[in-house]
Amino acid sequence: MQFQISNFPMSSDAAATLDLETREAIDIDRTKGDFTFPERNKFDAGTGLSSKTIDYISDVKSDPAWVREFRHKALQVFLDKPLPTHWATKDLEAIDFDKIRYYLSDGEKPKRSWADVPADVLETFERLGIPQQERAFLAGVEAQFDSEAAYSNVKEELTKQGVIFCNSTEGLKNHEEIFRPWFGKVIPTSDNKFSALNSAVFSGGSFIYIPKGVKLKQPLQAYFRINSENFGQFERTLIIADEGSELMYMEGCTAPKFETATLHSAVVELVALKGAKIQYVTVQNWSSNVFNLVTKRGLAMEDAEVRWIDCNIGSRLTMKYPGVVMKGRRARGEVISIALANTGQHQDTGAKMIHAADETTSNIVSKSISVGKGRATYRGQVHIPKHLKGCKNNTECDALLINSNSRTDTYPAITVKGNQHATQHEASVSQVSEEMLFYMQQRGLNPGQAMSLAVNGFINDLVREFPMEYSVELKRLIDLEMEGSVG
Amino acid sequence: MSLHIHDLHATLEDGTEILKGVTLDIPKGEIHAIMGPNGSGKSTLSKVIAGHESYLVTGGTVTLDGEEIFAMSVDERSRAGIFLAFQYPSEVPGVSNANFIRAALQARLPKGQDIDAVAYYKTLYQKMDILEIDRKFTARAVNEGFSGGEKKRNEILQLMMLEPKYAILDETDSGLDIDALKIVAHGVNAMRSPERGFLLITHYQRLLDYIKPDHVHVMAEGRIVRSGGPELAHELEKHGYDFLKEAAFA
Repeated sequence: MQFQISNFPMSSDAAATLDLETREAIDIDRTKGDFTFPERNKFDAGTGLSSKTIDYISDVKSDPAWVREFRHKALQVFLDKPLPTHWATKDLEAIDFDKIRYYLSDGEKPKRSWADVPADVLETFERLGIPQQERAFLAGVEAQFDSEAAYSNVKEELTKQGVIFCNSTEGLKNHEEIFRPWFGKVIPTSDNKFSALNSAVFSGGSFIYIPKGVKLKQPLQAYFRINSENFGQFERTLIIADEGSELMYMEGCTAPKFETATLHSAVVELVALKGAKIQYVTVQNWSSNVFNLVTKRGLAMEDAEVRWIDCNIGSRLTMKYPGVVMKGRRARGEVISIALANTGQHQDTGAKMIHAADETTSNIVSKSISVGKGRATYRGQVHIPKHLKGCKNNTECDALLINSNSRTDTYPAITVKGNQHATQHEASVSQVSEEMLFYMQQRGLNPGQAMSLAVNGFINDLVREFPMEYSVELKRLIDLEMEGSVG
Repeated sequence: MSLHIHDLHATLEDGTEILKGVTLDIPKGEIHAIMGPNGSGKSTLSKVIAGHESYLVTGGTVTLDGEEIFAMSVDERSRAGIFLAFQYPSEVPGVSNANFIRAALQARLPKGQDIDAVAYYKTLYQKMDILEIDRKFTARAVNEGFSGGEKKRNEILQLMMLEPKYAILDETDSGLDIDALKIVAHGVNAMRSPERGFLLITHYQRLLDYIKPDHVHVMAEGRIVRSGGPELAHELEKHGYDFLKEAAFA
């Protein structure tokens, strides 16, 4: 299925009717993540990628031998693999791998107290509201600045219960016995070119272990901040929820707006052992020249549940298809996804649901909004093999087009073999009607406010799935994107 | 102080002239009713005043307490005090009634000032009680899955919450049974005030049994062809529009 709707008439001078106050508010607010401090890097791997780069990173990080070897092998895979062409975009060719800096850090260890974090880094995270959020509702926070975590802390009572929350470097060194057996197992190095790249140069990201039966009442949060130009951020996250445990993990990301393209290529692996539940919430708000090429996958064992709640705003190109491999009986996988593509942006997002055991259930609900010349693509893959019994999938993808030149495409690939399964797929494309906008404007809302309200209404049922603190932020981000959208 | 319409001409985008010189003065404190057969331009008049972009104003003026409104956008006119109760209100999927009305009120406040949530709900519930609207209504999406009667009541609720200077009710009585009509009329009557003018657009005299107009105008073929007191509505009811047309042109 592929939809493209044109000829949606919109008042061409509607933007001009935005009052000055509104426009000023937009201009000021848009710069929230758009600031940068002078680089403070003691360690800089330089531009370009070779085995020397790998050794530099391994040296700086004092990697164990097995990690160094893992990186070198991954580099070879990366170099051998062509750029993915099936993803239907030529834009990837604009990435110049020789001009990227693959590792930048000030050589400081992550601090346990904000008071110890260098002043400008602290100010960065304070402007983004991270310490305040931690005090308000988080069980633990990791704040990454370019390649390394500047701050990492978890509430003491959780540490006493055996919860581990640290960055991946600390994880692989201090907790090798838990880390190593799962590392690279959910997403092998060779999964795709960018997972190989991450495997070669990864730094930062979270390592989390939740012991058997421990259920976290408050979320853990990571914040990924890019500060430097021509930089690639390659965090690596591994979360292991032991039997019967539960956690919610939230990640946020921003970068300032540089003249040149920035690359963010993360790998996130989740392991939910028998009866465990993992909810992974992302609200990304990248600036409009970030290539965001992320591989995310969860493994759900018997009676376990993995939910990806994903919101993609900003970036130049995002390619992200969170997946769940349902490996144990009655395992459940879910992807709730919101994508907003504005002019100059392509959100190529979706979900992968791999059913690998009987009576497994998956649910995909995706809503995308295309604004201006923005393009949103839903790309889904649901796989239910013949030998299984009683599997269920539900896929819903709805697209909203704001302007006549907005674009959306839907590529749902649902492979179901055998006749003992239930699948259901619905897709819709809609637009905000002129009559609806007239109605809202007659009640006193300016065109931007009216559009914003309509868009928030469109995704309202999904926004409820986000924790309250994030849904407020989400609404604010959408308001900002929509205010300038009309006309 | 009035909503003053002077020699108003308007066409469709294709050039078809719908309003052919309408002049009407609605002072604050008065209720004016416009009656007329289908296609006479009644609804067009309301949309042109509100600023619908399907119509092109080709002549004349509309002033709100002396201020020209045609330079204003749709939302500016609304905030300046013009309210239109729609004949066919739009659905706004996913947006609750409470949030919608709140957003409309918020749009009227100066920057940096916020609606007081407690006071807001208190007022909202009070107005809903007058219109006999169930409390669950606040959480339902605007007009989505509403019956015709519910939609019209919602329009009046918004009118009551936004407290405009001038309210235009476009065929608010159509599709209402007699009980719903009484409730809607009750709401409108509660809003009657020396500080507010009303323009009721209706096809039938029935509405005017419950909302007593000060003046009745008859519109035909894009013009006001006759004006009078409330008795004019009864005359129309008795003799129909044909009679009137003959009388007007005799």
